[in-house]
Amino acid sequence: MSVRSALARLDAAPPRAQVLNRRAEAVRKRRLTIQGLRLLVLVLWLGSWELTTRVGLVDKFFFGMPSGILERLWTWVTEGTALGPLWEQVLVTMEETVLGFLVGSVLGIVLGILLGRNRLLADVLSPYIKAANSIPRVVLGALFAISLGLDLKSKVATASILVFFVVFFNAFQGVREVDRNLLANARILGADNRRLTTEVIIPSALSWIAASLHISFGLALVGAVVGELFGATEGVGELIYNAKNSFDANGVFAGMALLAVVALAAESLITALENRLIKWRPNPVTDVAI
Amino acid sequence: MDQPAIDLRGVSKRFLTPSGGVYTALRDLSLAVAPGEFCALVGPTGSGKSTTLALISGLEPPSEGEVRVLGRPVAGVDTRIGYVFQSDAVFPWKSVLDNVAAGPRYRGASNREARERAQDWIARVGLSGFEDRYPHQLSGGMRKRVALAQTLINSPEVLLMDEPFSALDVQTRSLMENELLELWAASSASVVFVTHDLEEAIALADRVFVLTAGPATVKGNYLVDLPRPRNVSEIRFQPRFDQIYQEIWSDLRDEVLVSYERQKRVGAA
Repeated sequence: MSVRSALARLDAAPPRAQVLNRRAEAVRKRRLTIQGLRLLVLVLWLGSWELTTRVGLVDKFFFGMPSGILERLWTWVTEGTALGPLWEQVLVTMEETVLGFLVGSVLGIVLGILLGRNRLLADVLSPYIKAANSIPRVVLGALFAISLGLDLKSKVATASILVFFVVFFNAFQGVREVDRNLLANARILGADNRRLTTEVIIPSALSWIAASLHISFGLALVGAVVGELFGATEGVGELIYNAKNSFDANGVFAGMALLAVVALAAESLITALENRLIKWRPNPVTDVAI
Repeated sequence: MDQPAIDLRGVSKRFLTPSGGVYTALRDLSLAVAPGEFCALVGPTGSGKSTTLALISGLEPPSEGEVRVLGRPVAGVDTRIGYVFQSDAVFPWKSVLDNVAAGPRYRGASNREARERAQDWIARVGLSGFEDRYPHQLSGGMRKRVALAQTLINSPEVLLMDEPFSALDVQTRSLMENELLELWAASSASVVFVTHDLEEAIALADRVFVLTAGPATVKGNYLVDLPRPRNVSEIRFQPRFDQIYQEIWSDLRDEVLVSYERQKRVGAA
């Protein structure tokens, strides 16, 4: 009988615990390999950079060198920057970024849902929104620097205008793509208009909105830094601007490294937020292997 | 006859197509469902069965004619009606408990009361222990149970069902059909059950309406005099079942052929 032969094979097979152990071992090994290769890439990259600049193959005046960048970062940390303590500069840029992100997201979500729900409003405003979206919005930073001054406000405005459009379009689309069956079902179950919005449309649009938050936090950082480049007295953007003016390539790179760290930290925060917001989704974006 | 629970008189429904044409889904359709009666609507695909349900539910207004439910002309969505949709229409972002509790909450019950009643209904459809799951964590059959509980918790006087079990495998399907009959027997609801499966229609219903290939109108109206309570997986072997099947099929076959020919022509064009 085939059942018996299958049973016999089961007996012959290694015990379950052993199979699981072997699998866990394989997973661990693979993870180690990946970490090792990552380290290798880093060493090769920084090593060749360091080496080529040291022997003079590449001019370190224009391209900096890793040891110089580290040195510059160390000086900033221990002795402070020309603008004041380093943490203050990072904090200022973070503040501008977060505020711009919040203002832009809230405006984008509210207006996106409003226009998504109101056909007339959407039809009337759509050409203006498209036009506004088609201009390169970073140049508005220049305008804001003139009208709002060199302090916090102009940076927040630049960041939020970049964030706004991304979030707005996603929220708008999210509202438009709501499953008609779900709407019909909610109406039959007795939902009024307010309930339709809060119980069906917003949750359904949330996955679109959450997806846009990833991109838009990066844009908020861009907005804050660009705002600082257009004129500021403090912040990481201003640090970079100063380094550029004194032909200090290492300083520019050091500023970039700082921004990268900030962006990565924010990214993990947003992923956590996203997983909380849409935990009902079949495949939440946990740790994608990149 | 008493006043019918559902009464459609000379109803037509036309839609504007995206290309600017007019599509007639229903033409001069009349049918009546008695209080507490279980009716099935069969017809070829695209014969306006779902449209008929949309008109009864008040989700769509008729272009012509009159739709009366429980003695009143339909104007907008009526809370005495329950509707189980063909596709999954449970809310994917709500747990099983919150899905089932949605109706009572929308109708003004307190959160606690809604949850208590939902708990009761979840037990009745055999989903105890799954209250905190999200729909994507359930099988298709379990999601249908959630949909049934979500609808029946509102004790609808009229229950509309649009091919509710068409996506289920055969075994799950006859289980669900028997459960539906049990739940219905415990209520006094009038049911309109849309299906393209004639066997399912006869096994479940007191009366079967055959619709013509679109634009739909009622072609025939058959009484199914099989005894209740029924077991849908066994009733198919009764000789009387066969007789009724033959009788209705001779009517339905022509319409299916018309619909099939039409689709072929569209496909060839």
